[in-house]
Amino acid sequence: MDSFGEKFGVGQPVRRKEDQRLLKGGGKYTDDVNVPGQAHLAFVRAGVAHARIKGIDASAALEAPGVLAVYSGKDLETDGVGTVMTDAALKNLAGEIMFRTHRLALPTDKVRYAGEPVAVVVAETAYQARDAAEMVLVDYDELPPIVTAAQALAKDAAAIHDEQPDNICLHWENSTSDAYDAAAKTAHKIVSIKLINNRVIPVPMEPKCCLADMDTKSGRMTVYAPFQGGRRVQGALSEMLFGGDGTKVRHVSDNTGGGFGTRSKIYPEIIAIAYAAKKLGRAVKWSGDRSETMVSDLHGRDQVNEAEIALDPNGKILGYKIINYVNIGAWVTENGARLPVDGGGRIVGGVYDIPVLYYSCKAVMTNTVPTDTYRGAGRPEANYLIDRLVEKAAHVMGIDSRELRRRNYITKFPYKTQMGLTIDIGDFPKCQDEACKAIGWDGFGARRKESEKRGKLRGIGLTSFIEGAGGRPEETMRLRFEKDGTLSVICGTFSHGQGHATVYSQILHDKLGIPFDDVNLIQGDTDTAPEGAAGTFGSRSSQMGGMAIIRAADIIIDKGKKIAGHLLQAPPTEVEFTEGQFKARAGSVSVTEIAKAAHDPAKLPEGMPPGLDETYLYKRASRDDMNFPNGCHACEVEVDPDTGGITIVDFAAADDCGVVLNPLIVHGQVHGGVAQGIGQALTEYLVYDEETGQLLTGTFMDYGMPRAEHFPDMKAVFVPTPSTNNELGVKGAGEAGCCGAPTALVHAVLDALRPLGVAEIDMPLTPNRVWHTIQSARVKGAA
Amino acid sequence: MYAFNYHRPKSTDEAAKLVAEAEDGKLIAGGMTLLPSMKLRLAAPSDIVDLAAVEGLRGITVSGKTVTIGAMTRHVDVQTSAEVKKAIPALAALAGGIGDPSVRNRGTIGGSVANADPAADYPAAVLGLNATVETTKRKIAADDFFTGLFETALEPGEIIKAIHFPVPDAAAYEKFPQPASGFAMVGAFVARFGKDVRVAITGAKDHVFRVPDMEKALAAKFSGDAIAEIKLPDDDMMSDIHCSADYRAHLVTVMAKRAAAKAAG
Repeated sequence: MDSFGEKFGVGQPVRRKEDQRLLKGGGKYTDDVNVPGQAHLAFVRAGVAHARIKGIDASAALEAPGVLAVYSGKDLETDGVGTVMTDAALKNLAGEIMFRTHRLALPTDKVRYAGEPVAVVVAETAYQARDAAEMVLVDYDELPPIVTAAQALAKDAAAIHDEQPDNICLHWENSTSDAYDAAAKTAHKIVSIKLINNRVIPVPMEPKCCLADMDTKSGRMTVYAPFQGGRRVQGALSEMLFGGDGTKVRHVSDNTGGGFGTRSKIYPEIIAIAYAAKKLGRAVKWSGDRSETMVSDLHGRDQVNEAEIALDPNGKILGYKIINYVNIGAWVTENGARLPVDGGGRIVGGVYDIPVLYYSCKAVMTNTVPTDTYRGAGRPEANYLIDRLVEKAAHVMGIDSRELRRRNYITKFPYKTQMGLTIDIGDFPKCQDEACKAIGWDGFGARRKESEKRGKLRGIGLTSFIEGAGGRPEETMRLRFEKDGTLSVICGTFSHGQGHATVYSQILHDKLGIPFDDVNLIQGDTDTAPEGAAGTFGSRSSQMGGMAIIRAADIIIDKGKKIAGHLLQAPPTEVEFTEGQFKARAGSVSVTEIAKAAHDPAKLPEGMPPGLDETYLYKRASRDDMNFPNGCHACEVEVDPDTGGITIVDFAAADDCGVVLNPLIVHGQVHGGVAQGIGQALTEYLVYDEETGQLLTGTFMDYGMPRAEHFPDMKAVFVPTPSTNNELGVKGAGEAGCCGAPTALVHAVLDALRPLGVAEIDMPLTPNRVWHTIQSARVKGAA
Repeated sequence: MYAFNYHRPKSTDEAAKLVAEAEDGKLIAGGMTLLPSMKLRLAAPSDIVDLAAVEGLRGITVSGKTVTIGAMTRHVDVQTSAEVKKAIPALAALAGGIGDPSVRNRGTIGGSVANADPAADYPAAVLGLNATVETTKRKIAADDFFTGLFETALEPGEIIKAIHFPVPDAAAYEKFPQPASGFAMVGAFVARFGKDVRVAITGAKDHVFRVPDMEKALAAKFSGDAIAEIKLPDDDMMSDIHCSADYRAHLVTVMAKRAAAKAAG
């Protein structure tokens, strides 16, 4: 073992133990799994965005070579397959509950977005299935497609769901606007803004894929699919296909190539595949390709914000008013409508002291892929809006934006927000100082002059942001001592890039003195995951999983002291546990020896049950008992006014993720999150054709992913204020980058373009948009 | 992808015959356009005739003032060729800017030129350098080769064997990439041969074209400034979600100016 904790303990930049295997192609992803005798499935997807289904003719497909079956929604209905409905039950001010859809995996009445699965074809080979899928004829009665919230709210708009003719799923308000209106009356200045928070496609590296293996003898199904927490798959499929008997469904995912929230939802594809496997009594596999994944994975973001802040003469915010239109797509998914008001979006005031809030949010249905959680999940949208307003206010009032932020930062903790959250701790001015220092804010003027000489416009911008992290308030972890002396962490949290094998090992190395390499991670299988293990989403695994490990280890230490006392002939109160050793009087015994002894009744105190393994269900006080990662990001850009091209020349992130368990991994999280945020702001231009409802950017030829070439060497520093809501002091880290990067980039670009008279711009900042914005400003300037 | 017949002939004659006899035959060189189209089921040829085993279609030779590049020569070979870098550095640089390493390791000059994608890079070099396209039937001047959107002067069964590039006194290529695909939204190839200058633009219209006004201005004064004010009408420029017609027309001037400035050194 290393000198204790110095190399492998909490806080050390330990290299990820999972990387060797993953980088050498040792990962086992869903498409790598094949079982003998498996059949293959292909989806018949809607070629139109909005239409009534008049009929489905599968006769030609059924005659095609190798075809085993064709199923449509009618078959699912006949066999009593259940529907998916969100458990969100938000209410409007009058107390009426939101509109909720009951989604059958394959629709029987209408198609509601281009690409929606309508039928499945199962055949002996994947190509046979795909060929036959093209022979299935769906007779449509087309309806006008609706792709934007504005179109959906138009007076004569067609209804997406007949039961909800106005297309509004939810009109949520935190209160009436009276208090805000009163505050606004006393204001020195009102600053307003209208922004589009652009829709994005999540694009995990691993396309969507599923294998449902039906064991007809036991009547049990094993479902392989990339997923962030298998209990959800197990729960949904057992409800829909096995009369609620959870023992009939097992979910397995050894490795998942990226989750981002989009791999945490029950998809109609998974249900349809499981249905087909059960019906045929055979294993059924489907491997979606990239374009199919892009039109069927839940999308992210998509808001139109109209907002204003009321300020006093010193620039102190007196009140904040938000009118938010959220395009939730064709179906009301688990979190689509919840995100902006009850999920991550609850941090709408950001890092600022907002004494009065009026927040109105309309979740609107359209003929597009449904939206749901996507890295940040409501928080990037909320932070973008308030910080764009604060930045704009600084320019309107002629106050340095750093100074205006300072005047409005929350500095007294705990702080209760207008949305009912209590922010426990943070140091926002310090994050700002650190970000400005890291990017060299004070030397910017000289760099701008140098750029001007080369005909380039240089700009610098910053943003402060906050998140609420933690997600569901319960998580169970199991610690099991193995016969070979190693310790296994058996869990339902699921590492799909986060590095849990490494970080959990570090925690246990510190806590129990087990050598780093002797800790195993067993995850991704509902057969092994303990009851009450939920999964990995909402930046929760180190907080929830980590704490469950700590508590389980505490119990192990307690019990271990009793056994050690018994063996060393000392009272347990005299036994000390340090660096993996139980010590009393002159003797000592290691935790692994104690684990072995625990299985020998002769070595146990009388009446003590054998074994040292422990399972712990960790609970937070409530869902609201979150932690609040925050930070300040600064960005410097050069804009080429002749082409509209943007070069990011520097980026600095000062993040408060609380106690950092592994700086190497958290830096990686920051880099990845920033890259994803820059993607939304710079390259990820998603276009739905307003006439046809077709997704025009359904391949990488048109949908621009951020690339390494877009980034300079990023500077990432930590400004930790330990969270007070868990003993580890950790806060979420995975989503911060997405919350800060888009705003920082837009502010830097606006700073560069401001001399030309540009005051506003919407994401993504494609060259086409930037050039046209410059042209319009020049025309205006000349007039 | 749909099922198809695969052929691997040894000669261009055999290849031509196979294509002619097939129901819907297609030649494949590097396959960097055809294969993705087939995978997306946008193209469904009955027969694929692979030119990979045909002898004599690969390689680079420099003789006198001409660089000859075999049709099946890959982009990476042109990019890294010491002879090309010495004779026409702009051509090597252009090849090095096509797609990504995977594309450059598979894609070929003959495939690119025969495909005549309106946003491909090589057509700008072929036209800008006044190259000659040598086929199994004849030699075609660059000015006569590109005729429309994915259309060339090639007749059915006619196969490109090599492309002959005259060595210019100075040349440069500048492109502004489409943000998602990396293809040229506008690319400008400027070359000077003595007093004559050629300017070829790719990415802007349905096929690569020359800009006589710019050529004249550059012949009079070979510098970027000489063409900075020459604007093209946007009525026949392409327009799509990434680039409007007026922006494309503007980029033609900017990219040509930058290429000229670079060539003028």
